[in-house]
Amino acid sequence: MLIIKNLHAGVEGKQILKGINLTVGAGEVHAIMGPNGSGKSSLASVLAGKENYDVTEGEVIFQGKNLLDMSPEVRAREGVFLAFQYPIEIPGVSNINFLKTALAEIRTYKGLPPLDAKEFLRQSKEKQKLVEFDAKLVNRSLNEGFSGGEKKRNEIFQLAMLEPALSILDETDSGLDIDALRIVSKGVNKLRSSNNAFIIITHYQRLLEYIVPDFVHVLYNGRIVKSGTKELALELEDKGYDWLKEEAHENAATI
Amino acid sequence: MANDNEIIDNIANKEYEFGFVTDIEMDVAPAGLSEETIRYISAKKNEPEWLLDWRLKGLQAFSRTKLPEWQNFPLPKIDFQKISYYAAPKSKKKYDSLDQVDPELLATFAKLGIPLSEQKTLAGVAVDVVFDSVSVTTTYKEKLKELGIIFCSFGEAVREHPELVRKYVGSVVPHSDNIFASLNTAAFSDGSFVYIPKGVRCPMELSTYFRINTENTGQFERTLIIADEGSYVSYLEGCTAPMRDENQLHAAVVELIAMENAEIKYSTVQNWYPGDKNGKGGIYNFVTKRGICKGANAKISWTQVETGSAITWKYPSVILQGDNSTGEFYSVAVTRNKQVADTGTKMYHIGRNTRSRIISKGISAGEGQNSYRGLVQIGPKADQARNFTQCDSLLIGDRCGAHTFPYIESKNNTATVEHEATTSKIGEDQIFYLNQRGIDSEKAVALIINGYAREVLNQLPMEFAVEAQKLLSITLEGSVG
Ligand SMILES: Nc1ncnc2c1ncn2[C@@H]1O[C@H](COP(=O)(O)OP(=O)(O)OP(=O)(O)O)[C@@H](O)[C@H]1O
Ligand SMILES: [Mg+2]
Repeated sequence: MLIIKNLHAGVEGKQILKGINLTVGAGEVHAIMGPNGSGKSSLASVLAGKENYDVTEGEVIFQGKNLLDMSPEVRAREGVFLAFQYPIEIPGVSNINFLKTALAEIRTYKGLPPLDAKEFLRQSKEKQKLVEFDAKLVNRSLNEGFSGGEKKRNEIFQLAMLEPALSILDETDSGLDIDALRIVSKGVNKLRSSNNAFIIITHYQRLLEYIVPDFVHVLYNGRIVKSGTKELALELEDKGYDWLKEEAHENAATI
Repeated sequence: MANDNEIIDNIANKEYEFGFVTDIEMDVAPAGLSEETIRYISAKKNEPEWLLDWRLKGLQAFSRTKLPEWQNFPLPKIDFQKISYYAAPKSKKKYDSLDQVDPELLATFAKLGIPLSEQKTLAGVAVDVVFDSVSVTTTYKEKLKELGIIFCSFGEAVREHPELVRKYVGSVVPHSDNIFASLNTAAFSDGSFVYIPKGVRCPMELSTYFRINTENTGQFERTLIIADEGSYVSYLEGCTAPMRDENQLHAAVVELIAMENAEIKYSTVQNWYPGDKNGKGGIYNFVTKRGICKGANAKISWTQVETGSAITWKYPSVILQGDNSTGEFYSVAVTRNKQVADTGTKMYHIGRNTRSRIISKGISAGEGQNSYRGLVQIGPKADQARNFTQCDSLLIGDRCGAHTFPYIESKNNTATVEHEATTSKIGEDQIFYLNQRGIDSEKAVALIINGYAREVLNQLPMEFAVEAQKLLSITLEGSVG
């Protein structure tokens, strides 16, 4: 589904991603962990097409197409979804109208007619239930005045509505209370299928107990310095990142 | 079918009646403003003596007054002697079919979803088959008549209801109010008149849109609306389609009078020609709009969406004379390219416990300049008066400007005056967020703008709101690079 090869990217001349290699197959869940500032959100932004990042080297193939050639909205329509670490507030734009517009754009791109009002409402009800999203929030302005947890839950509600092929969850767990974490995870698990894939960025192994990953990667200083299975997350919980940092520096020194 | 023929005949007669087509003399009336011209206009319209006298008073005031100098934009030179004051109202170009109309204009109509029949009227194609709106007009007129509501052209009102016109015209905006109001008094062409009798709730939105002859009432329009005790009316002015008009200067006057317990809601969507990208051409829209809440518990509410004109200069105001009366002003003003909008409101609190609410949303793009200018005046007897003002500016790009000039004068210390102001930019983060959900930047901006203007758009009657929303999007198309 997604192949990232030797991806280098930076902001304003500052190199942030320094050669990322990652392959995500359909049906897989990959977790990305790593210390603050290591470049996790940057990787997510580059995949989503955020303009202020310059890709200096490497390529990204998504479902056989060159992802980096596409505008952000086309990437979204092709099926890349980013659940933001910090969801944006847009005053005056109703949550549900925004979703209707987004869904219509994506469907049009795929050559599908927009959903009629009744079917849209039905789906929206169904997906609200899936993530136990408060009905009152559905008609409020997009994220405006939402609590941290409500914003995160809204991201997953949108994900459920738009049914993307590849979902990137950037620290969706931070800000969620314990119950919400379980509910959101349950929702994500229900959405998992052999046709879609998830990249889950997190600091906490707790989330990975609910959403069990097939692979865990550690991003440090713009590179994936270690990959493994879910046990790696446990090991990190136990030992922290220092041992990996040392390893990484030794490797860097020998190169 | 017989009905349709009748309708067509009616239109033909109407045009004749108003001298739009047949009166060739009009086109040769000499340019320039003088007592002679005014007498000529008045005679042409068969006006009573008192109206001619009033026009002449307007002319005298106009001659005495200088152009204002307090504005913060360069006011272009206006040669008042070059304007023809009795131009045929239908000065717009006539086409035989839509094929001859500017395709760009038609594209805009299509985007606005305006029916083909109406497109013709708006573009200035000879009206032949506008069955819908004509029949609508006639049915409406009958219904209104039953309720005793008067809704007609100003000229007709002068003929049919001279006592009402004489009593109220100039009572809210005096002939010497400001130079453009004086000019209008002297030379007004035509306009609309509304009277709602005591206790009557007008069952439909009254709209200039439904009046065939209205698009052509010319550059010096005059509107007078009187809502008698306990009555209600909602009036819509203008049209969301871009009106091509050769007139450079528009100086309209609108007067609203709300008696005890009456309510007037006045909505405007203004989309006159804004000039080209370099600021060439375009309308100067200098309007005086004022209402008075004469009796207790009266309410006047102005809502405006201003997207057109090269320069818009207007301050719809409310005189809150009756105790417990309410004035409201909701405004969205958009400027792009080289457009200038200087708009706002004045709320004069005279009576006790009077309330006013001002919501102004400016949007500037390109090199557009947008100013909010408002006055909240609390008189010595206005105990417990309350005002709330919110004044927001949204900037798109960094070559445009937003300015606010809020003035508060309070002579009563039991009054509460609140003022909030914000300035924001459309954030790249907001656009990216919407992009990431499959929405392109153009649409994203439209969504954000409409969200920003929501509070004002919500004040408009439903159908108007939908059109205004589309208009905002279209106006700002291409503004975000
Ligand atoms: N616009 C920017 N300008 C300059 N530096 C930036 C910019 N955006 C990100 N960076 C830097 O890039 C580095 C990686 O940031 P990023 O947000 O990707 O980290 P992260 O791994 O997601 O961290 P966290 O776990 O704290 O969310 C940081 O050092 C950050 O300061
Ligand atoms: Mg991050």
